Amino acid sequence: MSATTAAIVGIGATAFSQDSGRSELHLSVEAILAAVTDAGLAVHDIDGLVSFDMDTSTSGEVARSLGLPTVRFFPTTSYGGGGTCSTVQLAAIALGSGDAEVVVCYRGLNERSGTRFGLPAPLPSGSGATAAVVARSWGATFGLVSPADTWAMLARRYMHEYGACSADFGRVTVAAREFAATNPRARFHGRPITLEEHQASRWIVEPLHLLDCCMESDGAVAVALTRLERARDLRQPPVVVAAAASGFAQGQLGMAGFYRDELSGLPELQEIGKRLWQRAGAGPGDMDLAILYDHFTPSVLFQLEALGFCARGEAPAFVDDGNLGLAGTLPVNPHGGQLGEAYIHGFNGVAEAVRQLRGSAVNQVQGASRAVVTSGTGLPTSGMILEIAG
Amino acid sequence: MSTPEPGSRAAVPPACTAGDARLSRAAPPVNRDSQFFWHAAGERRLVFQRCDACAELRHPPSPSCPRCTSLSWSTVDSPGRGRVFSFTIHHHPPVPGFDLPYIVALIEMDEGLKIVSNLVAIRVDEVAIGQHVEIDFVPASDGSLLPVFRPVHDLPASPPW
Repeated sequence: MSATTAAIVGIGATAFSQDSGRSELHLSVEAILAAVTDAGLAVHDIDGLVSFDMDTSTSGEVARSLGLPTVRFFPTTSYGGGGTCSTVQLAAIALGSGDAEVVVCYRGLNERSGTRFGLPAPLPSGSGATAAVVARSWGATFGLVSPADTWAMLARRYMHEYGACSADFGRVTVAAREFAATNPRARFHGRPITLEEHQASRWIVEPLHLLDCCMESDGAVAVALTRLERARDLRQPPVVVAAAASGFAQGQLGMAGFYRDELSGLPELQEIGKRLWQRAGAGPGDMDLAILYDHFTPSVLFQLEALGFCARGEAPAFVDDGNLGLAGTLPVNPHGGQLGEAYIHGFNGVAEAVRQLRGSAVNQVQGASRAVVTSGTGLPTSGMILEIAG
Repeated sequence: MSTPEPGSRAAVPPACTAGDARLSRAAPPVNRDSQFFWHAAGERRLVFQRCDACAELRHPPSPSCPRCTSLSWSTVDSPGRGRVFSFTIHHHPPVPGFDLPYIVALIEMDEGLKIVSNLVAIRVDEVAIGQHVEIDFVPASDGSLLPVFRPVHDLPASPPW
């Protein structure tokens, strides 16, 4: 890593709840202030802002609220949670080129008390629809309307091809809730579940039960980045962005790319994984933990396979062997993930990776120095490898 | 009637026959790239795009051929037969125009394309991957027709597939 390598120097978050009682802009501003304080930077040091194109708190409103004197870099990423690590990738690019000095990536949403992704709005009818609306219509016209619908379709085919069952998905939630139970920030703090409870939970979209789905939440998370040379003088141990990558694969169609030859893999994440390993000079066996985007339980199984932590079809056995726990070969989502802590479009997972590498997490992986982080799957997506600075 | 265990398949009431299809189902949004598909559906035909240059079939529609990038294409009528490649049974949330639970299926057509649609005239506990299906049409709120699929009972599902 060079002096111009990007490093995460601050993390900040609001409380996670089902009703924040404040605006999404308020949440994001609060998280950004916390991240800057954590880093030991001044608010006016921020000259770059990156978020999602679907975040309602535009860079302009954030900058105006914070009184930022100069903002020089303010792109957004597309495809919802697929862009989580893309925001950090963009920040790293701008820091590397010298287009910005301090970049904050943020995501704030009232996703439970406001617009719920699980209760999608109907598509507009009639002629003159945009390409994006027509793309969604090939599923939505037939009732494929929610993210759970799309993941249920992938999950069903995976079960068929590999003989997986609902309990294989359930073990992912049980592991997440065990971690969340000891995390005071988690919405499911003190509330572990059994596999039997998972199996008895109501259907949302078969084959997904309620407890296969993450918890819609209100909250915001922000991370502040600067170049390593400056990061070394700040308050926290720098966490370096060793590699970051984004990608589509051929034939992708929003969150319902069902028209490809196979359905039980994530070809875009396989490609991203190859680039990450190559750029970081590391492989799956070098990771001390993984933050895997867990909007729905089957996604974790698909990602374990796409990133090469186990072979195709072997993720259920990998999970059943206890590998996701603190004593396992690959602790996954020790904060409880989006299944257990909160659904903040994956940004809370980024903050957890940083805490783990600083050695300050509640469910600490001892000696953790390197983590892989992923973003929303089943759509164009992104990933990154974070390392504690040497 | 005994009380089924929560979350068990027995909790799902039998539903979804073609006769249940309601007139309140929303008509699809349409633009210049997709109107040919819905126009044909209105004539009870399932059609796909075929590239004039390389003869590749494609769905969902796109202005250029993903294989050879030709902008020239024609439509070809599908015999309307295929098999269930994957499927879901949607229980929540309620969706306007649909009786719960309803089946969304990814059909692999005999000509090799995949299409998302619904299965009708079949119980939710009878659906299986590999099930042979054929085209049917149900009306939407504006009188347009939506292509859906019904089981073909004289052809058994043929796993492994």
